[in-house]
Amino acid sequence: MADEHDIPVLMTTVDKVAQWARRSSIWPVTFGLACCAIEMMSTGASRYDLARFGAEVFRASPRQADLMIVAGRLSRKMAPVLRRIYDQMPEPKWVISMGACASAGGVFDNYAIVQGVDQVVPVDVFVPGCPPRPEALIYGIVQLQRKIDRQRAFPG
Amino acid sequence: MDAVTLANALTALVPECGAEPIEAIDQPTIVVPVSHLVAVATALRDAPELRFPLLVDIVGVDFLPRQPRFELNYHLVSPDRDQPLRLRVKVRVSGDDPHVPTVTAVWPGAGFLEREVWDLLGVTFDGHPDLRRLLTPDDWEGHPLRKDYPVQVKIPVRTDEPIQLTQEEFQANLRNDRQARGRTGA
Repeated sequence: MADEHDIPVLMTTVDKVAQWARRSSIWPVTFGLACCAIEMMSTGASRYDLARFGAEVFRASPRQADLMIVAGRLSRKMAPVLRRIYDQMPEPKWVISMGACASAGGVFDNYAIVQGVDQVVPVDVFVPGCPPRPEALIYGIVQLQRKIDRQRAFPG
Repeated sequence: MDAVTLANALTALVPECGAEPIEAIDQPTIVVPVSHLVAVATALRDAPELRFPLLVDIVGVDFLPRQPRFELNYHLVSPDRDQPLRLRVKVRVSGDDPHVPTVTAVWPGAGFLEREVWDLLGVTFDGHPDLRRLLTPDDWEGHPLRKDYPVQVKIPVRTDEPIQLTQEEFQANLRNDRQARGRTGA
């Protein structure tokens, strides 16, 4: 938006810049539980390359991450661990539920599997599939980025 | 060696153990009464002509409504031969609260395997050093792989972590482990 004197100035809002920064460098925490983790790994590998969407590194420590991709079946025994890792992430944080098992229990409606991780953590984007293709997971992450754009940077 | 030879060798070593060969497609299989399980296990591990030091798995089966209801399959391997030899030992117990003597004194690897059978089928192992749940949450009720256990379970998810050990017990376990290993190793 240069004016007639060609001064290179861009006018925007703090909200837009802050949310652009947050969504463009969204670092996931490693939470691969089952088979969807393999597809998540291949999404992070060279052919589908999640790093070009900002997910440069998968942080092993939740304290340093802002996205949790729950990839795989969540068992009842693992549910407290999931909640603990989620609680350890600092704000702002988002959750992607990857795959049918994380979203709704998948094919396993039994004593062991939680029927959807949204019973344990609040989910922003559900990515269906068994497992979802890397392109599907990337689509989910892009949708999350668009959701972040619409949110207020500093609510309340 | 096939099932008949093994059963005869066992009967020679442990008289009146009642080991019987049975028909099986894949590997030699013998049935042993529960009362002689530990003696047979010790003979299988120690006897020079048998030499089964490796317990691979303990597979439990629930045959409800047939009695004897539960069947435990001990999968053994004898690797110290020209061709590794596999053997399946079946033990049958009946009732809703069966008791089977533990074989952890013979094969220490049976510790976790018997915990899994206890957790999922409810077969108690007498003499097991640490018989508690392995795969289900620590405070779970019921034995899920029994045939009379419901498929769908509509219990709300718990996000607090139940744990069967107190802090003192946990620390004591760590200390005992370290001592047992002679304060060496990682």
